[in-house]
Amino acid sequence: MANITELNQLTTQVRRDILRMVHKVNSGHPGGSLGCAEFFVALYNEVMELKEGFDMDGKEEDLFFLSNGHISPVFYSVLARRGYFPVAELSTFRLINSRLQGHPTTHEGLPGIRMASGSLGQGMSVAIGAAQAKKLNNDSHLVYSLHGDGELQEGQNWEAIMYASAKKVDNLIATIDLNGQQIDGSTDHVLYMGDIAAKFKAFDWEVLSIEKGNDMSAIIEGLKKAKSISGQGKPVCVLMHTVMGNGVDFMMHTHAWHGKAPNDEQLANGLAQNPETLGDY
Amino acid sequence: MKKYIDTGKKDTRSGFGAGLAHLGRTNKNVVALCADLIGSLKMDEFIAENPERFYQIGIAEANMIGIAAGLTIGGKIPFTGTFANFSTGRVYDQIRQSVAYSDKNVKICASHAGLTLGEDGATHQILEDIGLMKMLPGMVVINTCDYNQTKAATIAIADYHGPVYLRFGRPAVANFTPEDAPFEIGKAIILQEGTDVTIVATGHLVWEALIAAEQLAEKGISAEVINIHTIKPLDEAAILASVAKTSCIVTAEEHNILGGLGESVARTLASKHPVPQEFIGTNDTFGESGTPAQLMEKYGLNAAAITTACEKVIKRK
Repeated sequence: MANITELNQLTTQVRRDILRMVHKVNSGHPGGSLGCAEFFVALYNEVMELKEGFDMDGKEEDLFFLSNGHISPVFYSVLARRGYFPVAELSTFRLINSRLQGHPTTHEGLPGIRMASGSLGQGMSVAIGAAQAKKLNNDSHLVYSLHGDGELQEGQNWEAIMYASAKKVDNLIATIDLNGQQIDGSTDHVLYMGDIAAKFKAFDWEVLSIEKGNDMSAIIEGLKKAKSISGQGKPVCVLMHTVMGNGVDFMMHTHAWHGKAPNDEQLANGLAQNPETLGDY
Repeated sequence: MKKYIDTGKKDTRSGFGAGLAHLGRTNKNVVALCADLIGSLKMDEFIAENPERFYQIGIAEANMIGIAAGLTIGGKIPFTGTFANFSTGRVYDQIRQSVAYSDKNVKICASHAGLTLGEDGATHQILEDIGLMKMLPGMVVINTCDYNQTKAATIAIADYHGPVYLRFGRPAVANFTPEDAPFEIGKAIILQEGTDVTIVATGHLVWEALIAAEQLAEKGISAEVINIHTIKPLDEAAILASVAKTSCIVTAEEHNILGGLGESVARTLASKHPVPQEFIGTNDTFGESGTPAQLMEKYGLNAAAITTACEKVIKRK
């Protein structure tokens, strides 16, 4: 059983990493990163079965693909603090010659990254391919993916969603970050997507909901439930309700911090709300 | 044309199908994907023999490219099959991010390229795909000339680690490459040596270049004919060695001259050995419906056009 207190402490440190990374280069995407901090911490430290070290093929371990690559700060922080690369390297985020590009890439050889993402809507297809390779390799491990809710407006998702159920890709657990925000405003305002759960169900997926997507226990429980119903002929969708900017009060419940860095004063405010737990990089 | 005998007209896409079937038997990591065009891509044999290694994606090319990229994670070597237009223009960003930028070992195999697709018309006759693909960093671009070469290329690219665009066509054309000829990515084939003019051709125009060389020989002109099956990486050494002898060049491709083989050759020559060049290709235009032969004649992509271009370029020396 997870030590929720320790995971929450790690999450607080991850929030600090996110804020400091985007502040330093005055660019990047803190809102969605903060909203998914608990998810990433839970996934990499409690849910996924992972081998030591990193190799691209990822045989005999669970895999994760980040489709909405702009929330790279949270991905990088959690990967570093899980031991994929030195935590100190977080200080190079978005700098010239860094392995921590603005959006994740395999191109610079950063351990933990298996696919470039940033141009939206491509991650589910990739996750499906990796899941099908696992089946061919008689590898019973799972493939996890994360997608933004606004990202579902990209049509390729629906090609992939249709395919995954038709081909019984039941070793795939795709989580949708339902924070209800995108660059130009709320998802309802920009392009109302209706009942997303009903849409996935209509495409013959198993659909679970995590109502408290910023609650560590709720996320672990939800993802473990998703795991328990995998392998039964249907792909699994987890609709995870999060608050964009979670943990930094002035960034919460708004799309304003989708792609904006805090200034010095705002950084200090945000860090004060998230006291150092495991040591800053 | 004593050295090159047409052993009977065959389509290059059947060469792809035969190569893929061979790989099915010899390389267990090879998997195939198709977007509802199994028959057109001649993938039936591979599928019959390896049903567990075939993925029917349906009419969803973007999803196909993404799934292919994902399949490489776990060690598979995916070969995607659809028409050239749907293999490139329709899925450019998927190829760019999930395949090329992600360094994935995906083989994008594209049939029905160019005007020789024929009656279906311009919606399907892509003439921009070589340009699109050669601009992608790390992408190998191959355009084969006949059945035997397409089969050999299909087999060869499985042994190369990295993204490849393999372009071939629909109609039955002369099959003159020896069945046992090795295929080496990036290595041009000197089909015929000559001293007055170099013809660098790719795809279906290689055979036309050989016919043109014969026509030129009758006029006392000695043409060197190079089969440049790999457009990227370009065999610059072979081209430079040839123009060192001939001092002029004609490039020939079933593709827009904007962005195609000819421009790659021109860039090489401009920086290393400038000589007069003439371009055989379509010129900033879409195609249209018609028979392949009618279209190739109308758009100036045949032996007669190559011959004329050679005579013109020789005068510019």
